[in-house]
Amino acid sequence: MKIIVCIKQVPDTKDVRLDPETNTLAREGVESIMNPYDQHALEAGVSLKERCGGEVTVLSMGPPQAEAVLRQAISCGADEALLVSDRSFAGADTWATSYTLAKAVAHIGAYDLIICGKQAIDGDTAQVGPGLAMRLGIPYATCIQKIRTADAESIVFERMMDDGYDVLQSGYPLLITVVKDINEPRVPSLRGKMKAKKAEIKVLNAEDIAADPSCIGLPGSPTQVVKVFPPEPRGTRAILTGDLDEQVEQLVEKLRPYLV
Amino acid sequence: MLKIDEKLCIGCGICEDQCPFGSITIVDNIAVVGDSCTLCGACVEVCEVEALSIDNGGKAVPDDLESWSGVWVFCEFAHGQLAPVSTELLGIGRTLADKRGVALSAILLGHMTGDSADRLIGHGADIVYRVDNPSLELFTDDMFEKILSDLILEHKPEIVLAGATAIGRSFIPGVATTVDAGLTADCTKLAIREEDGVLLQTRPAFGGNIMATIVCTHTRPQMATVRPKVMKELSFDTERKGQIIDITPSARQLTSRITVLESVTATQSNVNIQESDILVSGGRGLDSEKGFALIARLAEALGGNVSASRAVVDAGWIPYPHQVGQTGKTVAPKLYVACGISGAIQHVAGMQSSETIVAINRDAEAPIFNVADFGIVGDLNEVIPKLIAKIEEKRGS
Repeated sequence: MKIIVCIKQVPDTKDVRLDPETNTLAREGVESIMNPYDQHALEAGVSLKERCGGEVTVLSMGPPQAEAVLRQAISCGADEALLVSDRSFAGADTWATSYTLAKAVAHIGAYDLIICGKQAIDGDTAQVGPGLAMRLGIPYATCIQKIRTADAESIVFERMMDDGYDVLQSGYPLLITVVKDINEPRVPSLRGKMKAKKAEIKVLNAEDIAADPSCIGLPGSPTQVVKVFPPEPRGTRAILTGDLDEQVEQLVEKLRPYLV
Repeated sequence: MLKIDEKLCIGCGICEDQCPFGSITIVDNIAVVGDSCTLCGACVEVCEVEALSIDNGGKAVPDDLESWSGVWVFCEFAHGQLAPVSTELLGIGRTLADKRGVALSAILLGHMTGDSADRLIGHGADIVYRVDNPSLELFTDDMFEKILSDLILEHKPEIVLAGATAIGRSFIPGVATTVDAGLTADCTKLAIREEDGVLLQTRPAFGGNIMATIVCTHTRPQMATVRPKVMKELSFDTERKGQIIDITPSARQLTSRITVLESVTATQSNVNIQESDILVSGGRGLDSEKGFALIARLAEALGGNVSASRAVVDAGWIPYPHQVGQTGKTVAPKLYVACGISGAIQHVAGMQSSETIVAINRDAEAPIFNVADFGIVGDLNEVIPKLIAKIEEKRGS
């Protein structure tokens, strides 16, 4: 089975925060990591490969330093890695990103299954996976929580819904996005780390993947950010005082509107 | 490209501090932009001397934008009922449509939809496009995507809204790709820009640490998904009149390459926490799985449901559908009671839009108190039983 896993390098959002005094984004010590959902996508791909045979190619779009997450993916069992990187990709929204990834997938050639994380934690949009599938003309399903059975012909899996889950069956090619419930990502082995160190990360630019300049980066993006601002501060840090009974009394008084 | 006007730049460094990606450095008193720039625009906004600008490559505005007219709301109907977010979206949809002076249409896909179309009219829709067919009883991306995309391309609405639910977040990105439209996920605020009638779509990013307002000036429709519980529904008006248009789907539209073998619906233990008005949420401070019995009792006393932080879901104390936060669900109930939750930024990102937040934690320094409206510092094993007793006493009186 030929599997492509899409991964993204993201800033670790727990480190991205607003400096309360200057009201600016404090970025000191913000680390770049592999998007957590993509770690689960990678694990799903590698374990399917181990079960059914085949190979896993990891694909990322990003700046040159995104190579780091591709190496990490190889240390966790991916066979090949491809980075599409070009200054002209900057400012891409999900529309332009899915276009660019579709071009890169076309460059890779034949595949059976594409696996993405449910969403990236910097943008939280969950739109690139479906967008990529639509551009490739293949079916997709999002928020997969479990793969029940998989062989060369078909795959049966569970899709998480708001009020339960659906059991779905599909042939290939197919794109799925996964939630973290699907598996526990492995820790790279020593051998994996050695392999990652030596691995060649193929880097392609816009021209290599024959991308139309009007469809990539900011010019190719229908959505534009016009304003970025801090969220309204909330909470009053009103810690109640008095002995515990008094505190509970005050709290229940405050909650009166909700006790209907 | 991010352009820096070297004549205007004073090298103050505000943009350097603002950049979430660390892409800007001040070299010889001039801002210099690096490779990791994503053109997010955070720097442009803060530059006091207007030295920064983003060149969008001279995008041409197509001349048929004016021919797209009307506001549409995709109204989710699953397992025999309308999703509450459907009528919430008709509320904001009505406001936007009135502001634009256009009709508000509801799109209803499903099977045995009963009087749902009338309800949608009562809650604000002028027109309901109804596709009621046995093949649509269970959700498939393929069928829903084809039907909605075809309707959009035929009728050309200027705005299309949908709930940021499992179904909406799955097939709406497919629709946006088919109709070549921009799509903004998980909006918390929608408004019309006065000067040109463009839809202003505001959403949180970076786990809720910043807010971004997004527009689509060059493409139609302008598409957005909106989180449940954010918008207010209009009260049901039996006098309101509207038109119901029944549509027969084509055989092509009713094919799916993925088969639904089974649809397993919720038991009480995995209720949809995004639709709850009151949530009592437990974290690591519960010390063990048994702690959730206490949480459940408080939830029952308040008439709410149980949710949890990531730590306890990872520990296996409660299933994943209950998880609130960045890698779980985003909730905005009227009342959120955080018990033994420290308040890591990823958790706060998922619940900070709640109307009222109560925190109970033994650590007075826990960051959860920073977002709480009311806090009690103490052992939850002592606090919660007293709280339950007091609530029951109030209810009884």
